[in-house]
Amino acid sequence: MALSILKAGPGITVQDQGRPGLRSLGLSRGGAMDPLALAEGAALLGQPETLAALEIAGSLVTLRAERAVRIALTGAPMRALCDGHVLAWNASHAIHAGSTLTISALNGGYGYVHAGGGIDTPPKLGSRAAHLSAGLGRMLKAGDRLPLGPDRGGATGLVLDPAPRFEGGIIRMVTSMQTGLFDPAELKRFQAIAFTRAPRANRMGQPLDGGKVAAAQGLSILSDAVVPGDIQITGDGTAFVLLAECQTTGGYPRIGTVLPCDLPRLVQAPPGAALRFRLVPLDEAVALEQAEAARRAGLRAGLRPLIRDPHAIADLLAYQLISGVTCGDDLQDGPETE
Amino acid sequence: MPRAPDSPFPAIATLGVDGLLVRFGDALSEPANRAALAFCDAVKAQDWPGLAEVSTALVSVLLHLDLRATDHARLRAGLNTLLASRNWFDAPLPRGRRLWAVPAVFGTDLAPQLAEAAALAGVTPAQAVADLTAEPLRVLTIGFAPGQPYLGQLPAGWDIPRQTALTPQVPPGALTVAIRQVVLFSVASPTGWRHVGQTALRLFDPDRTEPFLLRPGDAVLFQPVDRAGLEAARAQGGARERAWR
Repeated sequence: MALSILKAGPGITVQDQGRPGLRSLGLSRGGAMDPLALAEGAALLGQPETLAALEIAGSLVTLRAERAVRIALTGAPMRALCDGHVLAWNASHAIHAGSTLTISALNGGYGYVHAGGGIDTPPKLGSRAAHLSAGLGRMLKAGDRLPLGPDRGGATGLVLDPAPRFEGGIIRMVTSMQTGLFDPAELKRFQAIAFTRAPRANRMGQPLDGGKVAAAQGLSILSDAVVPGDIQITGDGTAFVLLAECQTTGGYPRIGTVLPCDLPRLVQAPPGAALRFRLVPLDEAVALEQAEAARRAGLRAGLRPLIRDPHAIADLLAYQLISGVTCGDDLQDGPETE
Repeated sequence: MPRAPDSPFPAIATLGVDGLLVRFGDALSEPANRAALAFCDAVKAQDWPGLAEVSTALVSVLLHLDLRATDHARLRAGLNTLLASRNWFDAPLPRGRRLWAVPAVFGTDLAPQLAEAAALAGVTPAQAVADLTAEPLRVLTIGFAPGQPYLGQLPAGWDIPRQTALTPQVPPGALTVAIRQVVLFSVASPTGWRHVGQTALRLFDPDRTEPFLLRPGDAVLFQPVDRAGLEAARAQGGARERAWR
């Protein structure tokens, strides 16, 4: 059982939760840019969030299902077509053998295609995730074939309301050991700037447009451990947020560190959407992280049956409408099954 | 633990929401690096619950917490007790550290900045090679890129700055110098470090049984060779483990 890639733009990779435990050897964790989307896909398919999925970085991909497969679509909303029919985003679907799926980005961001059983490419160093900056794995291209793991089966035709994170907004951060190197007035001004994502981002980091920050002056900082979420202020005052594939050490001063639970909001902000940083105390940040972990663990409780919008159904007359507007496929192995 | 009365180190700081960083200095020194390596091993041996990952940088140890299973206060208490248990600045080096003989071509078109770096260090190119090959250099840390070591420390004269303009690209295995350290590049990369030697090392190969060649605490003894010697070394993987004298 596999998905074949018929067409792929840039930035299509296999991703999972990455490779923790190798920092001492210079390898950052990597993994999905929006880990929440992995959890949402896992909830929709009723499977572990450790399984690998396809990440689409503001790009497009066309896939063929070699056999019938359950899929879920999460992350940045994208246009999804199955044999020409629109598929709802943030939802699970039953796909027939031989069907062609086309996913294309609408407004950038990271979208995910999950398959029942997960993508089952051979793990390297404990993960299937492509770590592009380390040269582990690569972007996918036409002709690649992605084997799938055994699907224990389950419902399709489910939808969830994603945690809001596709409009920019407030990005919470905690102080870093170098926050004190910045003038308090500058730290305050930093939190008032309406930043936007600069286009030159990659899996290592996200530079921000919208304002410069007066860097801590004349200081030579010993290279030390850096983590995803760290907000470096580079030599010219640009704020640069480190992301999943960042290097493991760095010497630029850091004004703060973004909460892990707010990183999806940062990476999924559409072009031009305002991002404002807000410092929160550590104990509040810890509570926010714990609350988010609990919320993610309970995602399955928020699933509901997919009721399709009649306006979005191109072939409305082909549907059986007596019992309401749902796709027959969805009812066959619908939400009532486990 | 005993320390100079005016020294703020060792010090514990937070790094992000779920990181605790134990720092043994704010500049590189041999004792602070040794303290970090030894303390990292000691933390791992504690087997504390809720510790997702422990890693070292040049003079610090990063603990990554699983906040579902532990909290800052509990780990800080454990760290303070462990820090007080001995003088980490005179701790022994990690057990099982290995010595590697690494052939390298110094200068020539393979490593074009030898003369420039030697001049900055105030020595002749021949003396520069002698300085770089006299003693084993310790892997102070591995970082930035997978398997990429920072080696040191070189004699004080080698406290030369990084270039302000970057070299567009050095090849994998490049031996570069600045700030009394040597960096060996695991992948082709732009850099501000000066390219004085070229090795045949493959520092990171995910398809190898041991994907990472070097570990923190290992030592590397460079051996000057000519181009034929480098190609011979390449056939052997670029390095040979040898016994400590």
